[in-house]
Amino acid sequence: MDVKLADKIRSNAAYRELVRKRSRLGWTLTALVLVVYYGYVLLIAFNKEMLAAKIGAGVTTWGMPIGLFVIVFTVVITGFYVRRANSAYDELTDQIKREAA
Amino acid sequence: MNTRRFIAGGALFAAASSCFAAGADLGQAVKQATNWTAICMFIAFVIATLFITKWAARRTRSAAEFYTAGGGITGFQNGLAIAGDFMSAASFLGISAAVYTNGYDGLIYSIGFLVGWPIITFLMAERLRNLGRFTFADVAAYRFKQGPIRAFAASGTLVVVAFYLIAQMVGAGQLIKLLFGLEYWIAVVIVGALMMVYVLFGGMTATTWVQIIKACLLLAGASFMAFMVLWQFHFSPEALFAKAVEVHEKKASIMAPGNFIKDPISAISFGIALMFGTAGLPHILMRFFTVPNAKEARKSVFWATTWIGYFYILTFIIGFGAIVLVSTNPVFKDAAGKLLGGSNMAAVHLANAVGGNVFLGFISAVAFATILAVVAGLTLAGASAVSHDLYATVFKHGKASSANELFVSRITTVVLGIVAVVLGIVFEKQNIAFMVSLAFAVAASANFPVLFLSVLWRGCTTRGAAIGGFLGLLSAVLLTVLSKAVWVDVFHYASAPFPYASPALFSMAIGFAGIWVFSVTDKSARARIDQAGFDAQAVRSETGIGAVEGASH
Repeated sequence: MDVKLADKIRSNAAYRELVRKRSRLGWTLTALVLVVYYGYVLLIAFNKEMLAAKIGAGVTTWGMPIGLFVIVFTVVITGFYVRRANSAYDELTDQIKREAA
Repeated sequence: MNTRRFIAGGALFAAASSCFAAGADLGQAVKQATNWTAICMFIAFVIATLFITKWAARRTRSAAEFYTAGGGITGFQNGLAIAGDFMSAASFLGISAAVYTNGYDGLIYSIGFLVGWPIITFLMAERLRNLGRFTFADVAAYRFKQGPIRAFAASGTLVVVAFYLIAQMVGAGQLIKLLFGLEYWIAVVIVGALMMVYVLFGGMTATTWVQIIKACLLLAGASFMAFMVLWQFHFSPEALFAKAVEVHEKKASIMAPGNFIKDPISAISFGIALMFGTAGLPHILMRFFTVPNAKEARKSVFWATTWIGYFYILTFIIGFGAIVLVSTNPVFKDAAGKLLGGSNMAAVHLANAVGGNVFLGFISAVAFATILAVVAGLTLAGASAVSHDLYATVFKHGKASSANELFVSRITTVVLGIVAVVLGIVFEKQNIAFMVSLAFAVAASANFPVLFLSVLWRGCTTRGAAIGGFLGLLSAVLLTVLSKAVWVDVFHYASAPFPYASPALFSMAIGFAGIWVFSVTDKSARARIDQAGFDAQAVRSETGIGAVEGASH
C-alpha cells in the first residue's frame, strides 16, 4: 500500500471510528477474558474450599457450574465479538473501501 | 511411566503437561492383542482420505494452492479443521484419563487450552488474515527487513514443529500398540508414509479435509459416548456424580480441585504457555490464510472455539462415565486391579462398555487418524517455513517462481517425513513428556511476542524483533532443560534448578522485554524505515485494503 493512500484513509472519519470502536471492544473483551480465567486460577490456588462447597444436598459442588461457566463464557464472548465485527464493523470497512477507491 | 504418575496424583501437573495438546506422551504402552475391527475401520478412513487427496491433487498446482488451498476454505470448514488440530489423541485420551483419575482437575486443565482462543479472535485473527499470505512470517516481517525476521520465524517454526512432530510420532507408536496390537515401528512408518502422501500431492486442501473428516468423526464418537453415559443416569449429572463419588477411591475429593495447581506461579506460567502458545503455533496460524477474507477468518475462530469447548465438556462427561462404568468392571482390569493398558485407556474402555466391540474399533481408528491429521498439518507448516520463508524470500529475495517454490516445499516435505520417522524410532524409549510443553512455551515466548509487537507497536524495529525473538526462543528452551521435566526426568539429576512447571511466564517476559529494549535503542536508518512503515501496515491490517483475496470456489 502506498503512503499517500494510507494517509488518505487514516484521515477518513469512518476509518478513525472503526479503529477506535473495534480496538476498544477488542481490548475490553481481552481484559474480561483474562480476569475471568486468572480469577478462576487464583480461586483454585487460594480458595479451594469455595469450589469444594456443595450446592445442595447432593454431591455436586460449586466448582462444577463455575468451571462450566468459564467454558461457556469463552465461547459466548468469542461469538459476541465475531457477530459485532462481521456486521457493524464490516459495514464501516466497506464504507472506507468505497471512499478510498 | 506416566500412567503411574497419573495414579500417584500429586504430580498431575507433570503428567498433565505430558499429555499436552497432541498425542504427546502416552507413556511406554504394553502391546495388546491385534484388534482387526479397529484396523479395518482405520483402513476405511485411509482409503477415503486417499480419494480426497487424489481430488485435492488436481487443485494443487501453484504454491498458493499448496500452502493455503488457494484461500478457498470457508470459515465453518476452517473452524472444524482448527478444532481438529487441537482435539488430538492426547487431549481426548489424556484429558479423559485425567478426569478418570483425579476428577475435577481434568476440567481445570482443559479450560487452560480453551481460553487462548478469544484472545486470538479479538487481537490477532483479522490482522493476520489481512497482512499475511502463506506463513506467519509474512505478517511478522511485513514492514521489516525480510532476511533477519524470516530467519527467526523459520527457526521458531522449525523448533515448534520438530518437538511437536517427535511427540506425535512417539504417541502414534505407543497408541498403535495399545489400540491395534501392532508393533511400534509399523505405526511410525505408516504415519510418516501417509502424511507424506497427503501433503506432497494434496497440499493444504487434502490436509484440511483430512482434518475436517477426523474432527467430525471424533466429535460424533465422543458425543455418542457422552450421550450413552448420561442416558444411563436419566440425564441427571447429579446422579452420575453421586455414583462416581461412591465408587472412586478418592471419594468426594474428585468433585473439587486437588493437586493440579500446587503453586500460583506454576499455575499462571502454565496458563500463559497454553493461552499465548496457541496464538504462536505455526500450523494453527497458517490456517488463517486458507480462508478468503477477514470475515471468514473470524468465523473460523468462533467455530473452532465452539467445537473445542463442546469437546472438552464431552471429555469431562466421558471421564466421569469411565469412573462409573469402567473402573467398576473387572473385565477392563488386570490382576493387580489396574486399568488394562494404563489410565490413558479409560475412554477407549468406555467405548467398549457403551458401544461394544465395533464402537471400540471405531474410537481406536479415530484416535489413530487424529495423530495422522495433526502430523500432516505440522509437516506442511514446517515445509512452508523452509520453502517460502528461507528459500523464496531469504535466498531468492522474493524472486523464486511458484513452480520452484512448490518444488522446494515438496522436497522439504519428504525430508521432514523421513526425519520424523527416524526420530520417532530413536525416541521410542525416551521420556518425551517435555516436548509438547516446550513447543507451546517456544510459541508463546518467541513467535507470539514478535507477531504481536510487529503488528501492534509502532516502535518495533527489525533489530528488536529479531534479537528479542531469539532471546525468547533460547530462554524457553534453556528454562525447559533446567526444569524437572528434562533435568530430573530425562537427565536423572536429583533436583531441578528451575522450580516451576512451565517457563512461559519468564521466557515470554524475556521475549517481550528483549524486543522492547533492542527496538528503543535502535537508532539505525533501518529502524526509521521500519517505524515509518507502521501506518500503512496498520491501515491494511484494519481494513484489508491490499490484502490477498482468496479464490471463491
